Amino acid sequence: MSPKTLYDKIWDAHVAHEADDGTTLLYIDRHLVHEVTSPQAFEGLRLASRKVHAPDKTIAVPDHNVPTTEGRDVFIENEESRIQVEALDTNAREFGLHYYPVTDIRQGIVHIVGPEQGWTLPGMTVVCGDSHTATHGAFGALAHGIGTSEVEHVLATQTLIQTKSKNMKVEITGKLAPGVTAKDITLAVIGKIGTAGGTGYVIEYCGEAIRDLSMEGRMTVCNMAIEGGARAGLIAPDETTFDYVKGRPHAPKGAQWEAALTWWKTLKSDDDAHWDKVVTLKGEDIAPVVTWGTSPEDVLPITASVPAPEDFTGGKVDAARRSLEYMGLKPGTPLSEVAIDTVFIGSCTNGRIEDLRAAAAILKGRKIKEGIRAMVVPGSGLVRAQAEEEGLADIFTEAGFEWRLAGCSMCLAMNPDQLAPGERCAATSNRNFEGRQGRGGRTHLLSPAMAAAAAVTGHLTDVRELM
Amino acid sequence: MEKFTTITGVAAPMPMINVDTDMIIPKQFLKTIKRTGLGVNLFDEMRYDDDGNEIPDFVLNKPQYRNAEILIAGENFGCGSSREHAPWAIKDFGIRCVIAPSFADIFYNNCFKNGILPIALPQEQVDALMNDAGKGENARITVDLEAQTVTTSDGESFPFEVDAFKKHCLLEGLDDIALTLEKQASIQSYESRIAVERPWV
Repeated sequence: MSPKTLYDKIWDAHVAHEADDGTTLLYIDRHLVHEVTSPQAFEGLRLASRKVHAPDKTIAVPDHNVPTTEGRDVFIENEESRIQVEALDTNAREFGLHYYPVTDIRQGIVHIVGPEQGWTLPGMTVVCGDSHTATHGAFGALAHGIGTSEVEHVLATQTLIQTKSKNMKVEITGKLAPGVTAKDITLAVIGKIGTAGGTGYVIEYCGEAIRDLSMEGRMTVCNMAIEGGARAGLIAPDETTFDYVKGRPHAPKGAQWEAALTWWKTLKSDDDAHWDKVVTLKGEDIAPVVTWGTSPEDVLPITASVPAPEDFTGGKVDAARRSLEYMGLKPGTPLSEVAIDTVFIGSCTNGRIEDLRAAAAILKGRKIKEGIRAMVVPGSGLVRAQAEEEGLADIFTEAGFEWRLAGCSMCLAMNPDQLAPGERCAATSNRNFEGRQGRGGRTHLLSPAMAAAAAVTGHLTDVRELM
Repeated sequence: MEKFTTITGVAAPMPMINVDTDMIIPKQFLKTIKRTGLGVNLFDEMRYDDDGNEIPDFVLNKPQYRNAEILIAGENFGCGSSREHAPWAIKDFGIRCVIAPSFADIFYNNCFKNGILPIALPQEQVDALMNDAGKGENARITVDLEAQTVTTSDGESFPFEVDAFKKHCLLEGLDDIALTLEKQASIQSYESRIAVERPWV
């Protein structure tokens, strides 16, 4: 048998039908559904008198536009948001899906709820009408975002029509320096390959620095594979993965656990597997980073200065000029002198317990700079409860942060949590696009620890100075 | 789905790179539960000022491009979120074909589900089409899916690649769920096998 990558192995295990031209029906093990990209899909099913093929493999949770303030379980003020959340409620109940409404403590961002509840397991195929489905790749699951038509296709058939991507290996060798986190790894990779660098590929992240990461960190890395343009990001499952999965509500138990484990241990790329592209970064070369522009590839170490358009070539010259104008930044300004108004800690990229611990470690015994609006939005109700139990919530509120309920919140600002025009935000989320956090809002992407440091000083800050 | 065979129409030039889905259709318009009506909000934040007035310099606000059916764009068009609202908005505006050096993966797939043809061409050819589109409404570009060619107003023709299955679905306007359901037996046999091999799934 020819050697295979992890992606090849998961792909092969899910081919339900292959046509002569290579067009494949790939079977989907888990389908996650949220309120924004699913209403039209359910409507399509109804119009065609179709059923959900596998309701048992379909998990629904509202997250994108739910408010993160108290009272949302009683009434959502924004009418359009309310209609979408109500539509999900109706669809989940009518089609018999697994469902976590806002009244359930397990509710949260779909990509945090899935792993937390043990829905996401190694070797699975996982899809959702959301590009950050890549997150689940941290378990060695083939996971990617789909559009609403494909949501409808999966609901109706539990399969997707797919053509295979190419294989790309991203290796992070050695150890990370203190103050450098999974977020810095994933941003550094995007900075190196560009936002289209992964187009047409599935990325497998490997190397010592990846192996050393917790599951939370690995989810952060895979989450942003999409910002590198890749179909999906993967990390081969190992003991760290198995320890995380074991005992979760929907993880296999007893004899099934043993059988699953036996298969999961085969889920790694063969030594002589073929890679269409290989990228290597040294862990020790990665610094705490921030973005300066309006593309996630606009990444620089916090010790650097704002670049000039002339530093680039091709279409990037005009893009950089436009970005700098939008961001209100002058070339040559040290990034550590850029003052901010808002700090957002949360999102499917960095809304897990480890992220909150990292931010709280910087905030302990400190206050945020006067005039800064800072909020923490835990990724799920369970993350929130755990953070309260560990005393993290007290650290955040004593420092001056708002302590919110779970949801996507200011990552995409579909709920009331938004930036005003010209406001500048240090955000642990994943996109710094124009208008992403509110029309005219300016976003700098960074790690939770870096976000906490910025909240304390009022400007982008090298977290290592506060450690 | 609406068929796509051949179109001859005005092409709008938009040379920016990395046009993301937040630009194509900002999130405040994702709250709809319908697929239609988004054309008026296509490129909303570039197209209208804070008071909702049209920004005259924006390409689709210029008289010669208001009825554009083709968009010529920079590399990595459609990057960002999986929102199908992006192709819905493009289609609703009246654009049936987007030509760029490269596309983001999910956006590219979403186009085919909505009767829109995304065409990736080498940068030099996109540059030539961008120049042609810059001539305004008299420069009408022809896209022929059957022949897989794009032809400029001067008669210069470029061949393009497209997946055979996607081409077939677009030419015939096929509903791919119905096509997949024809393979129901394969899906059920896969499920029976996996129920034994990986019962925990």
